[in-house]
Amino acid sequence: MARLFTRVRLIAGALALAVVLAFAAAATSPASAQQVNPTASSVKEQQLLGQLKSIQGRGTIPDTKSYVLEHPAGRDWREFRMVWLQWIGALSILGMLAVLILFYLWRGRIPIEEGRSGRKVIRFTGFERFVHWLTATAFVILGITGLNITFGRGIILPWLGADSFSAWSEWAKYAHNYLSFAFTIGVVLMFLMWIGQNFPTAADVEWLKRGGGMFTKKHGGHPPAWKFNAGQKLLYWLVVLGGIAMMITGYMLMFPFYGGMTVGSMELAEVFHGIVGVLFVAMILGHIYIGTAGMEGAFEAMGEGTVDVNWAKEHHPLWVDEAIAEQQSPKGPGLVTSTPAE
Amino acid sequence: MARMKFLCDADRCIECNACVTACKNEHEVPWGINRRRVVTLNDGKPGERSVSMACMHCTDAPCAAVCPVNCFYTTADAVVLHSKDLCIGCGYCFYACPFGAPQYPKVSNFGSRGKMDKCTFCAGGPEADGSKEEYEKYGANRLAEGKLPLCAEMCSTKSLLAGDGEVIAQIYKERVSRRGYGSGAWGWQTAYHETIAT
Repeated sequence: MARLFTRVRLIAGALALAVVLAFAAAATSPASAQQVNPTASSVKEQQLLGQLKSIQGRGTIPDTKSYVLEHPAGRDWREFRMVWLQWIGALSILGMLAVLILFYLWRGRIPIEEGRSGRKVIRFTGFERFVHWLTATAFVILGITGLNITFGRGIILPWLGADSFSAWSEWAKYAHNYLSFAFTIGVVLMFLMWIGQNFPTAADVEWLKRGGGMFTKKHGGHPPAWKFNAGQKLLYWLVVLGGIAMMITGYMLMFPFYGGMTVGSMELAEVFHGIVGVLFVAMILGHIYIGTAGMEGAFEAMGEGTVDVNWAKEHHPLWVDEAIAEQQSPKGPGLVTSTPAE
Repeated sequence: MARMKFLCDADRCIECNACVTACKNEHEVPWGINRRRVVTLNDGKPGERSVSMACMHCTDAPCAAVCPVNCFYTTADAVVLHSKDLCIGCGYCFYACPFGAPQYPKVSNFGSRGKMDKCTFCAGGPEADGSKEEYEKYGANRLAEGKLPLCAEMCSTKSLLAGDGEVIAQIYKERVSRRGYGSGAWGWQTAYHETIAT
């Protein structure tokens, strides 16, 4: 009986051992198959790039903007700068020059139809002219130095050489940065001093309908206007709005990362600054043309401040009587007469 | 000639910032400028990873494409370098760079930028190799001495690899196949238009 019990115990023990071994084997073999994969739950670059414009994390250096790990959107900006802006700039500026040359060949210099009267009327005060030329000088330098950043590498660099071009471009950058303040002051003053005369009137509708009389050669083709015609009013508002756009985007680029700006917002600022800038240059080319070579008797308005009465009657008939009356009033300076041409 | 690349194995990076410190020390990089930095993603959450990032020395580098004065050049080792004599500090390379590599010392008011500074892959600049001028402008030129970038050389976990792209890609592949996982070569698709199949 005792021997039987011992045998049963032995069998039971062997069975138990077998079961334990079997479990152990079962426990070890799946372990190698189920090895922990730490990347299964980890962040994935492609997934992040698919979801976000840039990959942002946390860093330990004080420069928080460096916590952006990747920002592939810079490639879109590169495409804009190297392809789109070059085309927009070249087409708008060269296109404007072509239009002006063709217009000059067809229309010639727009004359004072009645000839000069020899009597002059004050058109712009000394202060108005100062503000105009302050803005104009700043604009010309800003325009040239701005175009240098976009087109200089392709056009000027090859013949100026790397060192000289770099030296010029560095000065151009400083001029562009610092003259922005003069331009800003000029645009703000122009906005304030001319806003009263630049609201649209009924005469402007008529002026626009007749294309400002620019596209007809027949006498008396100029539609009537007050101190500023609709074209000048359009220019005024475009300069004010364009100037404000250039200021905001320009100062965004000049003060990088201020006020929580990101690379993305600065790229966007550069896109606007570039597009508005080249269109602005094209528009001002038209303004320069009509104020100098394109029209007899126009430049002296901003040059000397006075215009010939006949010019004023042809271009701004609604304004001229008022202006003459004001000048001849006891408080006015009196009508200026120039020495008649011999 | 080799095609030099960086590769950060994010599964090994322990965010010790030794690469950052090594770089600053080796090149005597001034205050406020970091040629290399470590960014931690999903910080404190499951799946957190840290990546050491600097200039990746891109193929068809965007910085070089947009530079208004064309101050960038690519060496025979495909390292993207620039001339501080030509740089005008306009900031355009920073807008174009996908990795935030270009850094600018603040030299005046109005936020205007000084000459750009960035990782040189420890390959100096256009001046004579190992010259005093080169060291002052760009830091040490270890490549000319037959050494690899210090950040990778002294990485404690050998997470950051620097060297011939083919070789480091092979090392990474072997690692991934041996340990059975890998979160990929961060930045390679953006910088080199290729990635490492694992």
